[in-house]
Amino acid sequence: MNHLEEYRRAVSDPSDYVQQLKKASGKKIIGYTCSYTPEEVIMAAGAHPLRLFGTKQHISLADSHLQSYCCSVVRGILEEGLSRRVDYLDGMVFPHTCDSMQRLSDIWRMNIPFGFHLDITLPVKLDTASAKDYMIDVLKKFRDDLSRKLNVEISDDAVQKAIASTNAIRQSVRAIYDLRNLYPQLMPGEDLYNIVRASMIMDRNRLAVMLAETAADLKERAAGTKPAVVKRILMAGGMCNQPDVYAMIEESGGKIVWDDFCTGARYFTGLTDTGSDPLSSIGERLLNRVVCPAKHTDLDGRARHIIQLAEEKNAQGVIFLLPKFCDPHAFDYPYLKERLEKSGIPLMHVEVDDSLPAEGQLKTRFESFLEML
Amino acid sequence: MTDHTQDTEKKTVSHTKQMREIMTAYYIDAKTARENNKKVAWITSGGPVEPLIAMDIIPVYPENYGAMIGASKMGVDLCKKAEDMGYSSDLCSYARGDISCATVKGGPIGGLPEPDMLICCNNICGTVLKWYEVQARYFKVPLFIFDTPIVHTEFTREMKTYVQRQMEEYIVFLENVSGRKMDRDRMVDVGKLSVEGQQLWQEVLDTTMNRPSPMTAFDAFFYLALIVTLRGTKQAVDFYRGLRDEMRIRASEGKGAIPRERYRLLWDNLPIWYRLKWLSQEFAKHDACLVADTYTSAWCGSMKYIDRNDFIGSAAETYTRIYLNIGVDKMAEIVLSMIDKYQADGIVMHSNRSCKPYSFGQYDIQKIVERERGIPSLIIEADMCDERSFSEAQIQTRIDAFMEMIRAKKGAS
Repeated sequence: MNHLEEYRRAVSDPSDYVQQLKKASGKKIIGYTCSYTPEEVIMAAGAHPLRLFGTKQHISLADSHLQSYCCSVVRGILEEGLSRRVDYLDGMVFPHTCDSMQRLSDIWRMNIPFGFHLDITLPVKLDTASAKDYMIDVLKKFRDDLSRKLNVEISDDAVQKAIASTNAIRQSVRAIYDLRNLYPQLMPGEDLYNIVRASMIMDRNRLAVMLAETAADLKERAAGTKPAVVKRILMAGGMCNQPDVYAMIEESGGKIVWDDFCTGARYFTGLTDTGSDPLSSIGERLLNRVVCPAKHTDLDGRARHIIQLAEEKNAQGVIFLLPKFCDPHAFDYPYLKERLEKSGIPLMHVEVDDSLPAEGQLKTRFESFLEML
Repeated sequence: MTDHTQDTEKKTVSHTKQMREIMTAYYIDAKTARENNKKVAWITSGGPVEPLIAMDIIPVYPENYGAMIGASKMGVDLCKKAEDMGYSSDLCSYARGDISCATVKGGPIGGLPEPDMLICCNNICGTVLKWYEVQARYFKVPLFIFDTPIVHTEFTREMKTYVQRQMEEYIVFLENVSGRKMDRDRMVDVGKLSVEGQQLWQEVLDTTMNRPSPMTAFDAFFYLALIVTLRGTKQAVDFYRGLRDEMRIRASEGKGAIPRERYRLLWDNLPIWYRLKWLSQEFAKHDACLVADTYTSAWCGSMKYIDRNDFIGSAAETYTRIYLNIGVDKMAEIVLSMIDKYQADGIVMHSNRSCKPYSFGQYDIQKIVERERGIPSLIIEADMCDERSFSEAQIQTRIDAFMEMIRAKKGAS
């Protein structure tokens, strides 16, 4: 099986992948909900971190715990727990992000019988000295909590090793993004989507090797070729659970060359310092990485970041995917729109519930947007 | 005061009038702050207002204003204006109303006075963070974020240190923006007045333990404004002392808030501001009195953590461990204790599209209440300010069915 196929398989059925991994390696599987999770600490405990993205199918049980105005990600994650589809999890960690995730943590703790439950009550503001100290205190507390739950020592050395491995993964995914940004013809967008998602699902040691090979392979294939001329699109907004979007945009004549998703570029942007105190270094990265709108660094950071990305990646337009009922993203959209328009960057937005708007309709919108560019 | 009682007492009317006068004077003060060389701070409803009072900075509450927008039925129009600006109709209707008032200069009382600073405490929700970021960009004034980590299960040492440090940062922020030092002795006095005000507010609410109850939750929604906006002032203390005494007298005379009180109900979540009168009448028709609620009691719910002689020193815990900033199971415990304390026969839960941290978890609380106390519950799907989410016919039918259940359970007499 080639690497792309392996990523694809893991992404299409994470539970199957992880259960096999658990059987083969004996590793404990720890689920998490958000890219602010310090995966390195979980890895240092000898466990396997698995990000849950929320199922889109057969939602029936979650509806008796969550109202209709809850986003599909939170509803989907709860459904996976209530239906016991993820009952192989040995534990679940909930970093604090938005109001809905906050209540998901409570409802999970009160209703899910399998696995332990841990909160990581991160700061919401990330730009002050006391917030920084608190961030590091919280990470230390998480290490202690996890060490108790799993009944293992989590040494600084082990965290350091996990940082090295995570950095290697992030560097490789970045290299793949960079190559495809230069040569959009190298692979369909959906494979790029699969690669970054697989990074949050697959065995990290295996990933470190595979991703480096994928990057090397792409480099080889790119050598001597000319970059394809395409309409270059930057995607922004909430997490992307919609692989179909890539193909739809490609069929409409565009290529997604970069993104600002926590299930995309925000996941691998910024490496962790390999200095003396590993938890402080992890904390530093979380404080300095591209911010989720549920957190605060400054008033203008997200606009600056998206505009800079559009310029750097030479994107001709930005498409926002806004998850329905995602308050943090919905509050930011009007100001981002205004700022992008001022910078002369064309944009459009698509509201996404558990599924995309009707395909024909959406494709027409993409087509007319791309035509305009 | 909501007009649901036929025998409106003279003295109660005088408290209603007095309260209106106090709020009018307060808003005139706030609107003329510039002329009087005073600074105005916009602050979230759960934020630490006491340092502002101690420094003569006028606190203004966009959420209180949101309630005014809702009660004056201006919510839909203003929300639509925000939607025209690009804000999703799924966002909090207080935020939508306030954001559109700031730009269109519309809304009740001709809009709020412009802020010199913004104080955002996220102990009530994450929405206020985004809302205040919007306003900080619009008004270009300094924003202080008072970050109170959610206490899912435990209030940790780490949280305490973090929030306590922010209390000092907050004071430094106020000193910088206002260009004056805080008088720490005055702060101690304001802290004591705040505690006294909260105690009196609790005592006002506790008069509803009487049968019949001398006031309803709908009255509490009205009288709440002062403990939110003027907490830490002598004015609030004096007012609530008077109101408490009045309610105690009414209770001792056996005067109920509704003509015939047969059933007692507990309300959960924010009020539905544009239908207070209708709802109170609907329940009164069934001889049901809403005797208590989880909302108005939130402003005196963390008193057990306050050290009255060291208000600032104990503020970290007080402001972090408020009703909304705790786990759903802890909220359920409080609901159960209120059911017992006020002897509620049923619970009415407003599932409020605008308020996710208050509403997500309600279904679990409902199940816990039914399991632990065996009393009927009603969930009303609506919104606090946006009338488009309110279906009167459907809600009326559901209220009737709910009251039928209560009657069947309790007996009609």
